[in-house]
Amino acid sequence: MPKDEFTPRTFSVVGTRPLRPDGIDKVTGRARYGADISAPGMLTGMVLRSPHAHARICSIDTSVAAAMPGVKAVITRADFPVHPENNGTADVLDNCMADKKALYDGHAVAAVAASSRRAALDALATIKVVYEVLPHVLDVDEAMKLDAPILHKGRKQEGVPADVSDNVLTRTEYGHGDPEIGFQMADLVIERQFKTAATHQGYIEPHSCLATLGSDGQGDLWVCTQGHYMARNTCAEILGLDSGCLRVTPSEIGGGFGGKTTVFLEPTALLLSQKSGRPVKMTMTREEVFRASGPTASTSIDIKIGMTKDGTITAAKGDYRYQNGAYEAMNGTLGAMTGFAPYDLDHVNTVGWDVVTNRPKAAAYRAPGAPMAAFAVESVIDELAYKLGLDPIEVRLKNAAREGTKSAYGPTYPAIGLEATLKAAKSHPHWSAPLGENQGRGVACGFWFNFGGDTCVSLMVNPDGTVSLSEGNPDIGGSRAAMSMMAAEELGIPMERVRTIIADTAALGQNEVTDGSRVTFAVGLATIKAARHAIQIMVERAAMTWGIDPEAVEWVDGAAQPAGPNAGKHPPMSLAEIAAIASNTGGPISGHFEVNAEGAGVSFGTHIADTEVDPETGAVKIIRYTVFQDAGKAVHPSFVEGQLQGGAVQGIGWALNEEYIYGKDGTLQNAGFLDYRIPVASDLPMIDTAILEIPNPGHPYGVRGVGETGIVPPLAAVANSVSRAAGVRMTSLPMSPPKVLAALKKM
Amino acid sequence: MKARLHPNEGVIAMQFQSPLSVEDAVAFLADDQNARILSGGTDLLVRLRLGHIAPSKIVDIKKIEGMRSITREDGGFRIGAAVSGAEMNENHDLYLAWPGVVEAAGLIGSTQIQGRATIVGNLCNAGPAADSVPALVAASATARIAGPSGVRDVLVQDIPIAPGQTSLKIGELVTSIFLPAQPVNGSDAYLRFIPRTEMDIAVVGCGVSLKLDSAGTVVQARVALGAVAPTVLLVENAAEILIGTQLDDDALSALAEASSSVANPIDDKRGTIAFRKDVSGVLTCRAAKIAYSRAKGTVK
Ligand SMILES: Cc1cc2nc3c(=O)[nH]c(=O)nc-3n(C[C@H](O)[C@H](O)[C@H](O)COP(=O)(O)OP(=O)(O)OC[C@H]3O[C@@H](n4cnc5c(N)ncnc54)[C@H](O)[C@@H]3O)c2cc1C
Repeated sequence: MPKDEFTPRTFSVVGTRPLRPDGIDKVTGRARYGADISAPGMLTGMVLRSPHAHARICSIDTSVAAAMPGVKAVITRADFPVHPENNGTADVLDNCMADKKALYDGHAVAAVAASSRRAALDALATIKVVYEVLPHVLDVDEAMKLDAPILHKGRKQEGVPADVSDNVLTRTEYGHGDPEIGFQMADLVIERQFKTAATHQGYIEPHSCLATLGSDGQGDLWVCTQGHYMARNTCAEILGLDSGCLRVTPSEIGGGFGGKTTVFLEPTALLLSQKSGRPVKMTMTREEVFRASGPTASTSIDIKIGMTKDGTITAAKGDYRYQNGAYEAMNGTLGAMTGFAPYDLDHVNTVGWDVVTNRPKAAAYRAPGAPMAAFAVESVIDELAYKLGLDPIEVRLKNAAREGTKSAYGPTYPAIGLEATLKAAKSHPHWSAPLGENQGRGVACGFWFNFGGDTCVSLMVNPDGTVSLSEGNPDIGGSRAAMSMMAAEELGIPMERVRTIIADTAALGQNEVTDGSRVTFAVGLATIKAARHAIQIMVERAAMTWGIDPEAVEWVDGAAQPAGPNAGKHPPMSLAEIAAIASNTGGPISGHFEVNAEGAGVSFGTHIADTEVDPETGAVKIIRYTVFQDAGKAVHPSFVEGQLQGGAVQGIGWALNEEYIYGKDGTLQNAGFLDYRIPVASDLPMIDTAILEIPNPGHPYGVRGVGETGIVPPLAAVANSVSRAAGVRMTSLPMSPPKVLAALKKM
Repeated sequence: MKARLHPNEGVIAMQFQSPLSVEDAVAFLADDQNARILSGGTDLLVRLRLGHIAPSKIVDIKKIEGMRSITREDGGFRIGAAVSGAEMNENHDLYLAWPGVVEAAGLIGSTQIQGRATIVGNLCNAGPAADSVPALVAASATARIAGPSGVRDVLVQDIPIAPGQTSLKIGELVTSIFLPAQPVNGSDAYLRFIPRTEMDIAVVGCGVSLKLDSAGTVVQARVALGAVAPTVLLVENAAEILIGTQLDDDALSALAEASSSVANPIDDKRGTIAFRKDVSGVLTCRAAKIAYSRAKGTVK
């Protein structure tokens, strides 16, 4: 019974809100996170980091450290056995341990493994590194200039013009039509420059791992990660191991938001283990997380949009300049692709620039590259609507992309939900609620691609009629609950009878990392298919028992039954009954499914933010906030709401207070949660959510990813709200009190 | 000086003492320059963990008689050096008399921190942004100090002398804070500005203490600012500006101006000079209005 595509149906488990299966472990402390595991003889690994933003490493003397009591291994880059051929992996290695140059404050230059943290710290203090400090560059526009300090020579890719520096690695261009023609048709054209600061995902759990690697090249890695297959493949490539010899087991994960889609400590921990002959545990301090994991890009963006008096966008242009830290990343490209994605435009052109600077290498952060682009685009649309006296939701509805629209980045959309979110916003009581003094209301839309990718699921029917399901993606947003629910839906049994676990790398084939909001979509699809595979086998077993043709058996409500009167009269056989006699009907029953999942439906959201600005201090308070987002089908609505709220809150932090602050010497000044200000609970009202369900044609239940889109609109929604409350357009994030007060005073 | 390490274990050889009397505490402190006093520990333990300090000895004062109690004295309040913010908050009489001081202490940290943090620790940590200190200075509070050469009382504003440094001598500790009797028609207030709503460090803090006559005219005023200079600042001319007024708009704008011009902040990750000066004026007026209406509320 092939059902590859969405078919409308009613659900009995999907769409309900059962208790999360991982909840008890998490509230009782039984859940084991990265640092919660130990091994006999284990050592503590610690890293020595560059105090300079940019410096040539002239020499490293580790002899004193190596001779200290308790110290079992000391490594520098010279100890890494291979140079990966792949540029991306070579960058990852270079980011894990600096080679000839330290490229940012916090860049690892050496590591030790010792019998205690204290002994490791004392050993680090004796390592002598001779640096030649070089000029550094932190700002994207500065880094693009021809006379800027250069991080890497000869890495410019095709299409990057000669009049920008070697720090510019890529330039990409998207669009169609001719904006110059379009601008001439406009009644009003607004062009503005926007800046956003680098922010960090702010996950609560620091990076941590426990590594064991023998001289025979066999190893085990326990790690807090968003992708243990990625960790295995990357470490194997960096250390010249066979990936099959390295088993990686993911821990429970205390947040990632994209920041745990790469490795930082893992290759070092494995190498220290191999050198010392002991298990090595490494855990970053919070300061290390800020200085040396992967924050997101800071940006400088120019947007120009033309509009007619009735609100039609006639042309749009964007120039998106993103710095990605010390190595290549594609945030600028993604910014250029996503900024205008919500709109149906005749004339659009966007250019994305990806630039390196002396900051830690950017990692993914929830819809990487998109929130800043949306901030710039949605701000200009808001200003146009304001100046033309138009309703900002009406303006967006007028220009909204729909099924059949050719998107600004190329493809033509299938069924999408932008219009539905805008209409829901417009008719929601929030949109028409009165505002008080010094208050303003902002609205903004956002888009994210979503992703599918390599996915494997195995589903085992146990002799007692329970079901064990193995997926290969760390559960970062409730996927164990979602998979159990989808399997239960297909099998026709209660969700509590299906236990989902995250299997290690030896148990399933290759799985993409938990990113791109892919898991509920892709792993869900594979779960449904694996369940159908098991059902097919169970149907065959029932047919065999009854002595009839398998075609004459159907699966209804958790049991096999004859498909019609011609099949003969047999009482239904439940899953438990079939499981109980499986040994006698051919052996254990399991289903599995492996796929490179395609058809992840794109997702759109619309946010409304009300803020109040204190005219004397510039302090901004979020008064009310509502998220409208298309989920395709919400498998567990509470988890979906949590994703929408979490995205909104991270975006609010990005808009108001979060930023990487550097000193003149290029060192990070706020590597901790005291001065890197993520919102606290009392900063926020309850974030209201409205889930729209416009089925994704590419998923059997219509599921779309929901994890990332929620962070795309809030930067703009909050900025539009503050701009209206303050009466002055805010074009630079974060809108911290000193910045808002300065803008108010300039009026 | 670096802490001694046991070579293999890497354990810091550090002594921990819990004296039962002030005399013993003084003796423990006097014979060791590297000893540190532990009250609530919410500053000390954080710094220890971060490796900023490596004391040879920690002297916990919580077991000393009287350190954990609030007692009435001369119509005022003597607050033991180990009394936590939460305990101050639960003392109704103290709150009625000095709501600004209690609220300032209550702003420190979170519920968990409140169970431990003390105003003496806040003062002796000598951080420029310490929340309770401007309120204590506005309230004319004094600190009682015990040491090898006996006991002395010192105005709170004379304790911090630079960021992280106090005027205490080796062997000395603060045993209590004294808040004088609150005059009839008197009250106080403390406000701080932080970019968030809690768990943050003051960008500006302002304590105001006022006494009115029965007609509602200011007869005494003290205003202190935190986080806008290396140590707490007394706005000396606040009394001159406010006395004789009923906090009318002219008085308030003069007060704001005085406060802004006394403020001597730095540009750093927490705020600019211009911002801190502006907000000093704004907060002073807001705190003064609260103190005024509180004081007026007590007018019979
Ligand atoms: C999460 C968190 C949030 C915080 N929030 C705030 C805040 O909002 N506002 C704020 O102002 N502070 C804040 N702090 C800092 C700290 O909590 C306060 O400064 C607190 O008042 C310190 O009191 P304590 O009793 O814990 O001091 P301790 O840590 O015990 O001592 C602090 C310092 O004073 C010395 N000391 C202690 N007692 C004596 C004594 N009797 N005589 C002489 N010296 C002594 C100690 O040796 C040490 O140097 C926060 C701290 C944390 C960890």
